[in-house]
Amino acid sequence: MKILVCISQVPDTSTKVTLKDNDTLINSQGVTFVLNPYDEWYALVRALEFKESGIATEIHLVTVGKADTEPVIRKALALGGDQAVRIDVDSNDPYLTAVYIADYAKTVGYDLILCGKESIDYNNGTVGAMLAALLDIDYIGFATDVQIETNTVVVKREIEGGEETDLCNLPIVIACQKGVAEARIPNMRGIMAARTRPLNVIAPSVISPVTAILSYELPPAKAGVKMVKPENMDELVELLHAEAKVI
Amino acid sequence: MNETETLKAIKGGEFLIRETSAEHVFIPEEWNEEQLMIAETCDTFLAQHVKPNLTRIDAQEEGLMSHLMDEAGALGLLGISVPEEYGGFGKDFKTSMLVTEKLGAGNSFSVAFSAHSGIGTLPILYYGNEAQKQKYVPKLASGEWKGAYCLTEPSSGSDANSGKARARLTEDGKYYLITGQKMWITNAGFADVFTVFAKIDNDENLSAFIVEKDFEGLTLNTEEHKMGIKGSSTRQVFFNDCKVPVENLLSERQNGFKIAVNILNIGRMKLGGGTVGASKEVITLAVRYANEREQFGRAISKYGAIRYKLAQQAILTYASESAVYRASQNMEEATEMLVASGLDETKAKLKGTEQFAIEAAIIKVHASETLDYVSDEGVQIFGGMGYSAEAPMDRAYRDSRINRIFEGTNEINRMLTVDMMLKRAMKGELDLMGPAQKVAGELMSIPDFGAAEEESLFSKEKKYVANFKKAILMVAGGAVQKLMAQLGKEQEVLMNLADMLMELYVSESLQLRVEKLAALRGEDNCKEQLDIMRVYINDAAEKIAKSGKEALNYFAEGDERRMMLMGLKRYTKTEDVNVIQARRNIAAKIISENKYCF
Repeated sequence: MKILVCISQVPDTSTKVTLKDNDTLINSQGVTFVLNPYDEWYALVRALEFKESGIATEIHLVTVGKADTEPVIRKALALGGDQAVRIDVDSNDPYLTAVYIADYAKTVGYDLILCGKESIDYNNGTVGAMLAALLDIDYIGFATDVQIETNTVVVKREIEGGEETDLCNLPIVIACQKGVAEARIPNMRGIMAARTRPLNVIAPSVISPVTAILSYELPPAKAGVKMVKPENMDELVELLHAEAKVI
Repeated sequence: MNETETLKAIKGGEFLIRETSAEHVFIPEEWNEEQLMIAETCDTFLAQHVKPNLTRIDAQEEGLMSHLMDEAGALGLLGISVPEEYGGFGKDFKTSMLVTEKLGAGNSFSVAFSAHSGIGTLPILYYGNEAQKQKYVPKLASGEWKGAYCLTEPSSGSDANSGKARARLTEDGKYYLITGQKMWITNAGFADVFTVFAKIDNDENLSAFIVEKDFEGLTLNTEEHKMGIKGSSTRQVFFNDCKVPVENLLSERQNGFKIAVNILNIGRMKLGGGTVGASKEVITLAVRYANEREQFGRAISKYGAIRYKLAQQAILTYASESAVYRASQNMEEATEMLVASGLDETKAKLKGTEQFAIEAAIIKVHASETLDYVSDEGVQIFGGMGYSAEAPMDRAYRDSRINRIFEGTNEINRMLTVDMMLKRAMKGELDLMGPAQKVAGELMSIPDFGAAEEESLFSKEKKYVANFKKAILMVAGGAVQKLMAQLGKEQEVLMNLADMLMELYVSESLQLRVEKLAALRGEDNCKEQLDIMRVYINDAAEKIAKSGKEALNYFAEGDERRMMLMGLKRYTKTEDVNVIQARRNIAAKIISENKYCF
């Protein structure tokens, strides 16, 4: 069984986002980029577990991005991916990203495609579903547990107010979140092996974007918190009425 | 001194008489992708496994430290620089220093790690015969076995060769029986293998033995109650006719003191790296608190008094780090040259390390005193909470203190710095005489006002560093001439000279680092680093002037004293630096990033 894990590079969560070029671009100067945690901690590690238990034979990685994404690809290889493909284009359009990956995936044919439930930069959370649609296979999002039983998968997923257990046939795309696996730390053996594992660069399919980002806006600065003592209920009512204007 | 001469392969101690070119120093901003990945592994390991458990570690919860060491071993962190044929990863010295630095932020864990991978493993790796290496090193590199090192005794600390532990051969010639008491043995509680130093019969010098914990006659005392590093296992180890097979004699008879000294050279440098890592962690904790804690309606990080502390913490840490990696690179290059000249790799490593023993001693002192400053001010930034055992500064402050004591006290290391420098000069390995005489001649001539010199970004600092060298050559030359053989006993003067050498070495390392960084990233992208350099060198000039003055006022008299004091003033003169503004700029960056960020 061949598994494809979709990975992406995202800014570290402690990044202070600043904008440039009339707020049309995010300033990447001084930003530390990391492997998207949902891809790394859950999708990739679960794939590795399938290989370790003998269910999967090969773990392939794919990312859409320019050469600056290679350090995070090699981190994923250090964790245990067997080989990687980088589709050589910048993309923040989820549809384009899905098309690029689908076109590549078709050339290999994967039994299982795992990705994170979203990437923590744009948080669209749609690439997995679009990828499944483009490949005309099933999709399960928000997975919290993934088990493989011969040619089927048993997936638990979070739903509003509860949990659902699905039984699906392979091939399938599953978007993973917390619960699917436990994060791992790359060890020295993996780090040293990462250099020798194949990282192939391929050209993206030619396709026109369907969306464009016109401008970005930073969230407004948080207003300070006013503390009111429990005995001063009148003051609280007055503040809610006069300042917050909610009553 | 030929001021234009630059050497790639600078020899140990030569920093006093030679210039180094910035392009030939290694700076931490040059880590490659693989090294950064290794560093990230260390950070993540600490964040996930060590930091959440610091209280349990300090309570010495049964089996916890040993378990953490197993986990570090599984990640490969215990065998970074062990050759691959012995189960390690064969990485260079700088990479193992990077791991030491990163794990240095792990309080007691970092002590267990350093003791195991340094003094616990290296004596066998460097001095063991093939059978000994095959038997012990792979187990140590994987963490299956834990290592410890038994040198200190109740009555022999700094004077290590005076130990009372004795070994005698059994009548059948198959065993040595070791009897003695060893003290302050790190990792003793869970170690499987000990490198033990003892004198055979009435030998003048120590020998070293590999002793397994199950060898008959080895017993452990209970855990010591310590001021800090409470999670680190520290016990006395007793040897009562402890039966050690003869094949476990390490290296040759009476070679133990040499082993102890050479392993300490590496240990000192590593201690420098580890304390740099700890300093960075304390600064991050301090700035996070300063950004959150409000007084008089504003975060305390907005106040100048706090900004001063944050900046000063970062300045000293960045300076120490510059010296640590400069010397690490020099050691590696020296080793490579020795290997190229046909020396066996292990011997080359030891010789290359020994070559930079002066720098190692300097780094040990500077980095440990930096951590003490950083932790002390960390407590102060936390205010009342700094004194609470519930907040992290309590542990940081207590854990820092040991670093000025172990791996040779800072006093011993200061004396060694000067002693080694002078011994090398006497042996003809370092030509201090020529440059010292040149400075003496310059003292009699009209001062160089430097009017014609071309200004560049680093020209001032380069000039200051060159002048610091002259100041030291003048004072040290005077001290040797006046005090002669007595100098070794004039410890206050030795301390003064050591402090001057330390400030010179660190100033130069810092200047070279920032120069290389500016060439790599452009001046506009290293403004804070330029400020760090300017403030540090400004302060270093004052420290060198003060130490020099103290020494001169002790040993020189009359006109000679007046002339040398004037010379000292000239060689430690710097142009005014707006240190308040510079420190504000440095602090602003740390405050905005909410972490140590250089």
